[in-house]
Amino acid sequence: MNRRDFLKTAIASAGTVALPTAQARDPKQMPEKAVGMLYDSTLCIGCKACVAACKSANNMPPANDAPDLKKWNNANTWDTPLDISGYTLNVIKVYKEHDNASNKDQDYAFMKRHCLHCVDPSCVSVCPVSAMRKDTTTGVVTYNPDACIGCRYCVLGCPFSVPQFQYDTPFPRIQKCQFCEHLQKQGKLPACVDVCPTGASLFGDAKQLLEEAKRRLAKKSGETYVFPRGKLGSEERPPHEAQVPQYQQHVYGEKEAGGTQVIYLSGVPFQKLGLPTNLPDYSYAVVTESIQHTLYKGMIAPLALLGGLVYFAKRNADKHDEEDKS
Amino acid sequence: MSAHADHAAPVGGRILTVPFLILGMFALIAAYFLILRFIFGLEAAANINNGYPWGIWVTMDVVVGTAFGCGGFVMAFLVYILNKGKYHPLIRPAVMAGLFGYTLGGMAVFFDLGRYWQMYNVFLPWYMHFNSVMLEVALCVATYVVVLWIEFTPVFLEKIGFNNLKQKLEKVLFFFIGLGVLLPVMHQSSLGTMMLGAGYKLHPLWNTVLLPLLFLSSAIIMGYSIVIFESIFAAAGLKRPQETHILAPLSNILWWLLLFFLAVRIVDLLWRGVLPNLDWQGFWFLVELALFVIPLAFLSKNHQTARVLFLSGFCLLLAGTLYRINVYLIGFTAGTSGWNYFPSVPEILVTIGVFSFEIMLYLIFVKKLPVLASPQH
Repeated sequence: MNRRDFLKTAIASAGTVALPTAQARDPKQMPEKAVGMLYDSTLCIGCKACVAACKSANNMPPANDAPDLKKWNNANTWDTPLDISGYTLNVIKVYKEHDNASNKDQDYAFMKRHCLHCVDPSCVSVCPVSAMRKDTTTGVVTYNPDACIGCRYCVLGCPFSVPQFQYDTPFPRIQKCQFCEHLQKQGKLPACVDVCPTGASLFGDAKQLLEEAKRRLAKKSGETYVFPRGKLGSEERPPHEAQVPQYQQHVYGEKEAGGTQVIYLSGVPFQKLGLPTNLPDYSYAVVTESIQHTLYKGMIAPLALLGGLVYFAKRNADKHDEEDKS
Repeated sequence: MSAHADHAAPVGGRILTVPFLILGMFALIAAYFLILRFIFGLEAAANINNGYPWGIWVTMDVVVGTAFGCGGFVMAFLVYILNKGKYHPLIRPAVMAGLFGYTLGGMAVFFDLGRYWQMYNVFLPWYMHFNSVMLEVALCVATYVVVLWIEFTPVFLEKIGFNNLKQKLEKVLFFFIGLGVLLPVMHQSSLGTMMLGAGYKLHPLWNTVLLPLLFLSSAIIMGYSIVIFESIFAAAGLKRPQETHILAPLSNILWWLLLFFLAVRIVDLLWRGVLPNLDWQGFWFLVELALFVIPLAFLSKNHQTARVLFLSGFCLLLAGTLYRINVYLIGFTAGTSGWNYFPSVPEILVTIGVFSFEIMLYLIFVKKLPVLASPQH
C-alpha cells in the first residue's frame, strides 16, 4: 500500500460519512405482548386522582412547584406539580384558549403527561450505559439508576421531553414513568389507570388499544358509545355509556417517532396539548444508529484506517532512524 | 515525538508572573463554585434544566475544548504520516495543547456528570451500550487522553535525562501515533452525530446528516488554527523569533480545508433548501458564516505576514467555537416545553477557570520542559 492508495482508502472511509443510509438500521417493531395506555383527553375530568396515586405508588415526594402557592405551602404538604419533573412522573395539565374558557374539548382540554413508552425509544438508543432499557416482552421503558452516569443525553434526546433529571441534589437520578412495572408484575394495573374514574386512562394490550382508539374515531360525534374502564377487554370494572365527542381524526402515537405504546385521543389539536406534531414516522435513533453502523460496522473501517496510519508512522520513523545513523 | 527532538528546549524564566497569578485567581473561583456544585447539586452553579440539559460546560469545556486540542493530531498526521518534516518544530506544542484540551475536557465531563461516582460504568462491558454515540465518544476520548500522555512522555524522559528509556519508548511510539490520529477522527465526527439524536429540537440550519463530516472537518480546521495562533502568540508573548516560514505553508493547507468545509456546509444547506430567517438563530448563523469566510479571503494571498496569519487563526478558532455553540446551544430548542437557558455567572466563571487552568499548565510546561523549538537553531 503506497501513500496514495492509503489516502484513497482514508478518503473513501471518510466519505462513508456522507452515505448514512449505507447500513440503514431498521426501525424497531413493537413486541408481541406490548402493553400500552390510551389516554382519551375528552374523557378526562381533571380530578388528578392519577397524579396523587402515581406519587404514592412510586414513593415520590410532593412537588412544591406552583410559585403563587409557595407561601401557603411552606411545609410542602400540598403536592402542586406544574409539569413532570425530577419529583413528578405523571401530571394532568390543562390547556385553556383564554381565561373564561368553558367549552370542554373546544376552548379548554386536559392533558396527561408522562412517558409514552416509544416502540423505538431515543432514550434507550442514546444511553451509553444501558440505564434506559426496553422490556423485550412488555415494551415498557425502564430506568436503572445503578447504571446511570447522569449524562442527561436521554433528557436531550427524548422527542417528548420526558426523562427528568434532578438538578437540586448532590446525588441526583433520572425520573420517568416506568408504567408501574412493579405493580404490573403483581398483576395489578398501573396506579394512574387504577384510580381513573372515567377510563380516560385505559390500560391494555397496545395493539388492541389502537383498535379501540380507531373504533372511537369511526363513530360519529353525538352517537352513544360504551367506554371501558381499567383494562381494555377485562370485565372487572363496569364500562360507562356516553356520547362520542368531536374528536381530532388522528391517533397520536400510532406513528409519531416510530410509534408509542401510550397513545392519545383529543378534541383539540394535539399541538395545543403540548405534543410535538412535527415528528417523522421513524425514531431519530434510526438516523444516528444508521450513521454509526455505516462507519463502525465490525470496526472494519476504523481498523483499516488504523493499520494504514500505523504503517506510515512506522515507515517514516524507520526512515528517520536510517538518516540519523548515516 | 521522535525525530529532531533535540531541537526543543525549555523557555525558562519565572513561573509566578502577574498573568499567571491572575489566571490562578480564576481557577480558584472556578474551584469554589465546583465545591458548591458537589455539595448542593448542579443547580447551585449552573442554569441547565430539563429543557436544556447540556449547557456551556458540555459545549465549551468538552465539545469546544477538545476541538482546541485537535492541534496535536492534525500535526501528527502531517509530520509522522505524511512525513512533512519541516513542520516538526510545531509538533510538541501542538501535542501539548491536545494533552491539556483533552485532559481538561475529561475533567469537565467529571463535574458535569450528574452521577459522576458511577462514571466508570462506561468501561464495564455489561453496561456498555454500543449503539450509543456517546459511548463511542466516551471510550475514544478516554483512550485518546492516555495516548496523548504516552505521546508526551518522551518530553518528561528527556527532561529528567532518562534517554535510554526514551529511546525504547520511541521505538514503539509509531503505534500510538497511528492510534492518536484515528481516535480524534472517530470522536470529533461523533460529537456531530451526537446532536442528530436531538431530532427536531435541533434547528434546520444545523440539522443535517453531514454533521459528523462537518464536525470532523471543522475540528481539523481548528487544529491547524490553534497551531498557528499558539505559535505566533507564544513567540510574541515569550519574546522569541516568529516561525512564519513554516506557518505560511501550513496556512495553505488550512485554506483548502476551509474551502472544503464551506463547500460542504453551503451545498448541504442549498440541497436541503434551508435559508436563515431574520431571527436569533439566523443571526448567529450569519456570524458563524462570516467568521469562516473572512479568513478564506485573508489566507488566499500569497505572502502572509504573522499578523494576517494570527488574525486568520484567531478568526477560525472563533468560527469553529461558534459553530459548536450554534449546534449545541443556539440551534437547540427545548422541544414543546417552555424552558429557557442562559448560562449563570458561576457557570461562566467555571468555564473561564477551566480555560485559565489550561493556560497555566501551558506556561509551566513550556518554561520547564523542552516543548518549544529552541530559537538558536
